[in-house]
Amino acid sequence: MIMESLSGRKKVLEQKPMNFWERMYLPAIFKGMAITFMHMFKKKETIHYPEQEREFSENWRGMHSLKRDEQGRERCTACGLCALSCPAEAITMIAAEREKGEEHLYREEKYAAVYEINMLRCIFCGLCEEACPKEAIYLDGPIVPADYLRKDFIYGKDKLVEMPITELEALKGATV
Amino acid sequence: METAFLIEKTALVLVLFILTLTIAAYSTWAERKVAAWLQDRVGPNRAGIFGLLQPLADGGKMFFKEEIIPSGANKYLFVAGPSLALLVSFLGSAVLPFGDTIEIFGRTVPLQVTDINVGVLYIFGVVSLGVYGIMIGGWASNNKYSLMGAIRGASQNISYEIAMGLSIIALLLVTNSLSFKEIAAQQHGWHWNVLVQPLGFLIFLVCAFAETNRVPFDLPECETELIGGYQTEYSAFKMGAYMFAEYINMFVSSAVMAVLYFGGYNYPGMDAVNAMLGPTWGPLVGVAVMFIKIIAFIFFFMWVRWTVPRFRYDQLMDLGWKVLIPLAIANIVITAIVITVVDKL
Repeated sequence: MIMESLSGRKKVLEQKPMNFWERMYLPAIFKGMAITFMHMFKKKETIHYPEQEREFSENWRGMHSLKRDEQGRERCTACGLCALSCPAEAITMIAAEREKGEEHLYREEKYAAVYEINMLRCIFCGLCEEACPKEAIYLDGPIVPADYLRKDFIYGKDKLVEMPITELEALKGATV
Repeated sequence: METAFLIEKTALVLVLFILTLTIAAYSTWAERKVAAWLQDRVGPNRAGIFGLLQPLADGGKMFFKEEIIPSGANKYLFVAGPSLALLVSFLGSAVLPFGDTIEIFGRTVPLQVTDINVGVLYIFGVVSLGVYGIMIGGWASNNKYSLMGAIRGASQNISYEIAMGLSIIALLLVTNSLSFKEIAAQQHGWHWNVLVQPLGFLIFLVCAFAETNRVPFDLPECETELIGGYQTEYSAFKMGAYMFAEYINMFVSSAVMAVLYFGGYNYPGMDAVNAMLGPTWGPLVGVAVMFIKIIAFIFFFMWVRWTVPRFRYDQLMDLGWKVLIPLAIANIVITAIVITVVDKL
């Protein structure tokens, strides 16, 4: 029994033996070559990466950054929820207690003395961002760059923590 | 033998050798550029402007990669394969006239390394030698893929040489000469042989694709089925030698087609140009025209490569034996009849 087409979009192709013109191959080859020749003059799709960058969507997840509050203090309290939520186990940290006189550096009494993300393990799922109760970590950075050694992919606080506001303003002042 | 003659020939050989190398090197660059353009891409553009230093970078890579000789391979023949392929590919251009005679420093110099009176036969001999590089390399690798590639290469080249030779016979009926110099000189102005032998040219072109192992007849290499065919076990410079040989073959067969069918250094209106520019610069314009034709053919080789898919092996043999050979024979018969009738009239 021949199956009825349910979608109504089924196309029955007639398969006739090729006629002489088709068996010569050459007309079809010329047609194909005309098509490829026209492609020489088409607009190239290439984005020249380091010089040009593709536009990212709003919710694109890139490199992590550890945020500071309005007064430039680190928000992270080393609660470990991000490390716990991380499905790739890319995050490790060592917590420390805030000393007297460090109130301008850290917002809470506890802070992360060491905070490391292994970028080779990270799958950029954004679960750390969702788990964080202090709004301290966001994946709002650029593409994580390539490197030569595995050890260079373990990013510490030097690469992750946001620049202090004062330094940022100094930088802006210098460029303007 | 006078010294001036020796100097003249040495200079010609050196210039031709360097030119062949340059063209082959830049063919690799052009191949990647053409492929990119046909596929809406940009192609190599990082090494130098427009990626023009890419052949140097590729060459450097070829030299510094690790040379691997498989333990089961015949070491002597394994090295002999690519060497032979490269050596033989250089031989062809010796008999090709790249220009008319030129007057320079008070001497009349033919722009041809040597004009042997059986030039066409010589080219055929050299072309059939080319397959030995593939066969020896593929066999010495002690690898089944390589062996398959070598067998394919051998049978394909032998099959297509027949049709190629037959298409040339029809041309020789027209030219009455086996010397490339005379064949080129006969096509003065616009009297190009392709106008008298269009079918012969088409057969020769298809066979040239098969003889140079270019797509759609790249079955000896065939990276999708035979993971590189005869080149499978080769690495570093030996692999580069095979690749280089392929591009030099492409250059030589482009030059042969330009001389045999497209008038070589002849172009319409050449008498007026020669009279205006004199006996030194006039022929040089002819040389430029010759190289434009060669480059156009090389572009055509690449254009076809990035358009047409590979033939299946039985289709390849069908085309060679059942289509091209009967067509070439019919071409000979028709040409002979036409020549006889025209002579009688």
